[in-house]
Amino acid sequence: MAKRIDISDLNIYYGDFRAVADVTVSIEPRSVTALIGPSGCGKSTFLRSINRMHEVLPGARVEGKVSMDGQDLYGPDVDPVDVRRQIGMVFQRPNPFPTMSIYDNVAAGIRLNARKMKKSDLDALVERSLQGANLWREVRDRLNRPASGLSGGQQQRLCIARAIAVEPDVLLMDEPASALDPISTLAIEDLMTEMKERFTIVIVTHNMQQAARVSEQTGFFNLSAAGQPGRLIEFNSTEKIFSNPDEKATEDYISGRFG
Amino acid sequence: MSQTTGTLLSPPPVTGGSRRKGRLPRWAAWAVFGTALVLVAGIGLPAGLALALVVLFTGVLGTLALYVLSRVTENRRTATDRLVTCVVVGAFALAMVPLLSLVYEVVSRGIGRLDGEFFNSSLVGVIGEGGGAYHAIFGTLIITGLTALISVPIGLLTAIYLVEYGSGRLKKVITFLVDVMTGIPSIVAGLFAYALFAIFFGPGVRLGIAGAVALSVLMTPVFVRSAEEVLKLVPNELREAAYALGVPKWRTVVKIVLPTAVAGLGTGVTLAVARVIGETAPLLVTVGITNATNLNPFDGRMATLPVYAFYQLTQPGVPPEFAIDRAWTAALLLIALVMALNVVARLISRFFAPTTGR
Repeated sequence: MAKRIDISDLNIYYGDFRAVADVTVSIEPRSVTALIGPSGCGKSTFLRSINRMHEVLPGARVEGKVSMDGQDLYGPDVDPVDVRRQIGMVFQRPNPFPTMSIYDNVAAGIRLNARKMKKSDLDALVERSLQGANLWREVRDRLNRPASGLSGGQQQRLCIARAIAVEPDVLLMDEPASALDPISTLAIEDLMTEMKERFTIVIVTHNMQQAARVSEQTGFFNLSAAGQPGRLIEFNSTEKIFSNPDEKATEDYISGRFG
Repeated sequence: MSQTTGTLLSPPPVTGGSRRKGRLPRWAAWAVFGTALVLVAGIGLPAGLALALVVLFTGVLGTLALYVLSRVTENRRTATDRLVTCVVVGAFALAMVPLLSLVYEVVSRGIGRLDGEFFNSSLVGVIGEGGGAYHAIFGTLIITGLTALISVPIGLLTAIYLVEYGSGRLKKVITFLVDVMTGIPSIVAGLFAYALFAIFFGPGVRLGIAGAVALSVLMTPVFVRSAEEVLKLVPNELREAAYALGVPKWRTVVKIVLPTAVAGLGTGVTLAVARVIGETAPLLVTVGITNATNLNPFDGRMATLPVYAFYQLTQPGVPPEFAIDRAWTAALLLIALVMALNVVARLISRFFAPTTGR
């Protein structure tokens, strides 16, 4: 299921503005890859370009190559909708569908795509996904209640359950714990450690301890000045990044001597 | 240091007189206005001052007196506060005057004929007393229903285009044209519909559906505007959440955006209907009036409540008072309908709104 992603010479634009420049990187399957860096350096933009969510904004476009197990995701005959079915995403703010129940939220990826599935299979899928997101025990007796009644941390785990219910190969997480309290954050970090057996996970985070705790590989993004595009400064094993990075900028950022 | 903090946190010393002195008692405002009323009425009424002017002068005199009194006994800020409070309350009262007087007038004159016969019979063979608006009530319901049937799909699709798909010049042009359409005088809409149907059916055509077309020219832009605002309120995060699940855009709109916005859309429909249900001029030229019941909008003249009221008032026949009574009752019924629609809009937005916990 988990697949590897190869990115080469990726340039990402908002209209005429180049937000991210010349990124070349390989993301390993069955591992957690963390992206760190200051605000506005293009981490989230880079993340969103992996599953072609970047281009839903007006004027946004991408140059370069992104491929998943050799398949070019930006090829001329590739439907972005298909890409997004294989590469799921969890956002910074929990965004369950407010009109739907907890059950319907998890089943949303199946139902909204009008995939036919037997009720019993769907029930099993919902249970499996909620268990995968470590939420099943908390919500199993109120599956038909509105999702908006859950706490923030539960909502975020519901969003993770919703994302893994469509059985993607890769899971992108854009600061998934930044709006949550430490306990919910811990729950989500534990979850990532479990989930990397099955998925390739890429996470953007501002919390460096979090990056150090959960990831195998870490990429450091930075921009040289405001108005300049963000660049991938260093990409290395997490251990090396946090103990003995190759680049001076990485070390400055990690040790807090930044700018 | 700790001493300063202590002084800052402790409540200001209450030394009886000095604080109480600069403060008017609660009943002071009422007393001032009461005195002003007694004064103005005492001097004015014997001198033949109209009741409305007595109230007006009382308001002005009371406000001034309260301000001066407060300025003398209290401080300047409180005095300004009282002045502005008086002005705001006065403005509110002024705005309520036409509403209350209109409702009072229509209810008091129209309630007399609000009987079973009014709802059960048309005007066929009625000369003088009796008769009803059965035909006009159903005419209004049918024509307004048809109007909604035409306007809601067009308006909703336009709003979806503007919010979800439109970009660049075409979007700007459509927005501009919708704005222009909002300002079309209703008689022009009526003449447009009349001219349109005259092409097919010849001059002098009178059809219920023509009235519905005329009204939908008025209703569509109103609904487009409100639907556009409601769709914009749907958080973008929900659209992104759906895209990230691999849901195509059109399905996201149908399954996520519209259900989330359904309460606002329902409110928009009812308010837009309320906006056109009382239109008279376009129906006058497109639908005309009839004394008999005609419930087929594709066949000849129909009666509608506003036009019914208009004709009962302008051509009451002899003796006139019975027709004029019917006109008032029709007006009352129309107001009640609009009010009911507003209540329905409220209920829709309460019951269909997605529950946002937390």
